[in-house]
Amino acid sequence: MIDLTIIWAFIIAFAVFVYVVMDGFDLGLGILFPVFPQKTDRDVIMNTVAPVWDGNETWLVLGGGGMMAAFPLAYAVLMPALYTPMIAMLLGLVFRGVAFEFRWRTQKARNKWDIAFAGGSLVATLAQGIALGAILQGIHVEGRQYAGGWWDWLTPFSVLTGIALVIGYALLGATWLVMKTEGALRDRAYHLSWMLLVAMLCAIGAVSVATPFLAVQYTQRWFAWPNIILTAPVPIAVAAVTALLLRALGDKNDHQPFFLTLALFALSYAGLGISMYPYIVPQSITIWQAAAPANSQIFMLVGVSILVPLILGYTAWAYWVFRGKVRPGHGYH
Amino acid sequence: MFEGWDAVVLARAQFAFTMSFHIVFPAFSIGLASYLAVLEALWLATKREVYINLFNYWLKIFAVAFGMGVVSGIVMSYQFGTNWSSFADKTGPVIGPMMAYEVLTAFFLEAGFLGVMLFGLERVGPRLHFVATLMVAIGTLISAFWILSANSWMQTPAGHAVNADGQFVAADWLKVIFNPSFPYRLVHMVLAAYLTTSLVVGGVGAWHLLRDQHLAGARVMFSMAMWMATLVAPIQILAGDQHGLNTLEHQPAKVMAMEGHFQSHKDGAPLILFGWPDQKDAKVKYAIEVPKLSSLVLKHSLDAPLAGLDTVPRENWPPVPITFWAFRIMVGLGFLIMGLGLFSLLMRWRGMMYQSTLLHRFAVLMGPAGFIAVLAGWITTETGRQPFTVYGLLRTADSASPLAAPAVGSSLVAFIIVYFAVFVAGVIYILRLMAQPPHPGEQGPSTKIPARAAGITPAAGAVEGAR
Repeated sequence: MIDLTIIWAFIIAFAVFVYVVMDGFDLGLGILFPVFPQKTDRDVIMNTVAPVWDGNETWLVLGGGGMMAAFPLAYAVLMPALYTPMIAMLLGLVFRGVAFEFRWRTQKARNKWDIAFAGGSLVATLAQGIALGAILQGIHVEGRQYAGGWWDWLTPFSVLTGIALVIGYALLGATWLVMKTEGALRDRAYHLSWMLLVAMLCAIGAVSVATPFLAVQYTQRWFAWPNIILTAPVPIAVAAVTALLLRALGDKNDHQPFFLTLALFALSYAGLGISMYPYIVPQSITIWQAAAPANSQIFMLVGVSILVPLILGYTAWAYWVFRGKVRPGHGYH
Repeated sequence: MFEGWDAVVLARAQFAFTMSFHIVFPAFSIGLASYLAVLEALWLATKREVYINLFNYWLKIFAVAFGMGVVSGIVMSYQFGTNWSSFADKTGPVIGPMMAYEVLTAFFLEAGFLGVMLFGLERVGPRLHFVATLMVAIGTLISAFWILSANSWMQTPAGHAVNADGQFVAADWLKVIFNPSFPYRLVHMVLAAYLTTSLVVGGVGAWHLLRDQHLAGARVMFSMAMWMATLVAPIQILAGDQHGLNTLEHQPAKVMAMEGHFQSHKDGAPLILFGWPDQKDAKVKYAIEVPKLSSLVLKHSLDAPLAGLDTVPRENWPPVPITFWAFRIMVGLGFLIMGLGLFSLLMRWRGMMYQSTLLHRFAVLMGPAGFIAVLAGWITTETGRQPFTVYGLLRTADSASPLAAPAVGSSLVAFIIVYFAVFVAGVIYILRLMAQPPHPGEQGPSTKIPARAAGITPAAGAVEGAR
């Protein structure tokens, strides 16, 4: 049965996914910064996202704020459990966020802000990936509070998911550059996309193999009859998208690689949902246990159903205004 | 490190530190976004070049300040969970939806149109660009609406019930949102943001007038800013007075701390101008006071009785010295700002507006006054709410996360180091932009600035900008 709580679980999942879609390539550009040491390349790379990065990060605020509103108990348990990765992510985002403006405001220290942009992006991504792994492997809860230690989040599995996300965002960044740039810069982005795609497939494989060993629930969810009829299409679709992506890169297509990479992310994300549902804190708290009372859910649902389509509309418009290739020396004037 | 420290005290220090850094930027960008909208409207209406020059001049500063506001704001939205998870669990159903509405109605609006506002003038044309500027300005105001509503609910909670899990839930959303102190706090803060910005703009204008009295851009910005200060400062003092009366009604202990009234007064309470409140001995040492004036201010009658902190259990006392002094700093600056406004009016009337170096020096000195007043005001109201997070209902000690002191202490140190490194650099960049005089053919926050530095001559850049 569909109830308000399930709707809200989908809304929060949607917000987090939109965040991954929008800020993923954005952070990926920061991760790739060290392999583009030329100033002209870096200026172009920055200019491909300068008008939209702020909106991209707003989805993270919606994910956090929305979770506090719709699933306050989960927010209250997860944040202390993920304390260190969360603080690291926030500080990383501070460094990379200010770099967008600061690097144009100084000549002497530009290199420092480039390092801040690259380092901040890497730390924020790693922290997000580690947080994801830490959630998947389960969190120690007593009563209505987190009851584990403050290093519980650090395990081989969470490090694996952290690295996997770094590779994934870097691939998104590389295919974004394929779409938004031209000439030698685009050629290098193609080359990087190949290597990163191979790495990403290894990472998806490794995380997929490791996840069932974390808990019996995951194994049953994926492999028990009749679930397997519903879960089998996910890896099959991953294989199909991968084939298309390889062909698109082979054809040197400009737009397809980015969107096919997003499709890979969507499938991985769906897999995550299959593993976790109906828990919001795996093995401890279900979405119904964490849900805010109905009148909070309804109050926000009114706003979400009117405002989110509007937001998607004007966000799409902003992307449309700044469409097309970004050329060296051609800023937005 | 931090073994034996109190984790709650460290969490409070972290909130106070990150919040103080953050609030400075919204206070400035709320006012500046509106100012930019006014400048662009004037440019569209009159086509006078000076307005678009000023628009581009302040837009560059806005871009840097806004970026810092965004990144320090993301920190705030997650801090409720990291350091204050019990608070998040208990108040999430009430506070959470208000913050979600802030994101949906304000943050997205600002972020969605910011890119077009900063870089899109040539791509979308002047009219659509003005719409984008307007949307950003409206977004900053909507943001103020929701976050002040949430904060006001913590000060004067209303319209709620408590469920079986011990969570606050909304019984009546309108009563929650429009809780008793909200209208006063909203007006007081938005006016404060406008005043803060007008003082910065006025200070920058005055700085350049001191070098060149004839600089058109500096004249226009100085005149506009001084009109704003002249008109808004007295309104702000009235609004603050009304806010204070509202606080007296709903949070009497806070007003007692602001006034330094440890003792009750049966017939007329004195107004303590200065002194040193001693929390332990429950008296204000070295007090300089005016008899019965406090009763006149708060009750509009010289002989009205006024209760003191002796009527409140000691464990519910806010920290009096901080509340007392922060309040005096805010009020003192408020009157100084009004003084600047009146002085500028006098000079304007005598035709000395752009010549009086005394006025210009005073205005430069008052440039940062708004920020200090805003910080002092927030310290007054937040410290005065202690020892509660939700006034009278949820104690600060019961709001924190189940974290050990070393975890909170380490993150506090990390925030202090990073914020000083990053925001000091940002403020230097802003001051550097302000040190440049506004000139004809001013460029916006062009991504071409480095391209010009890379070899295209400045002359070509100027031609480009004048286009």
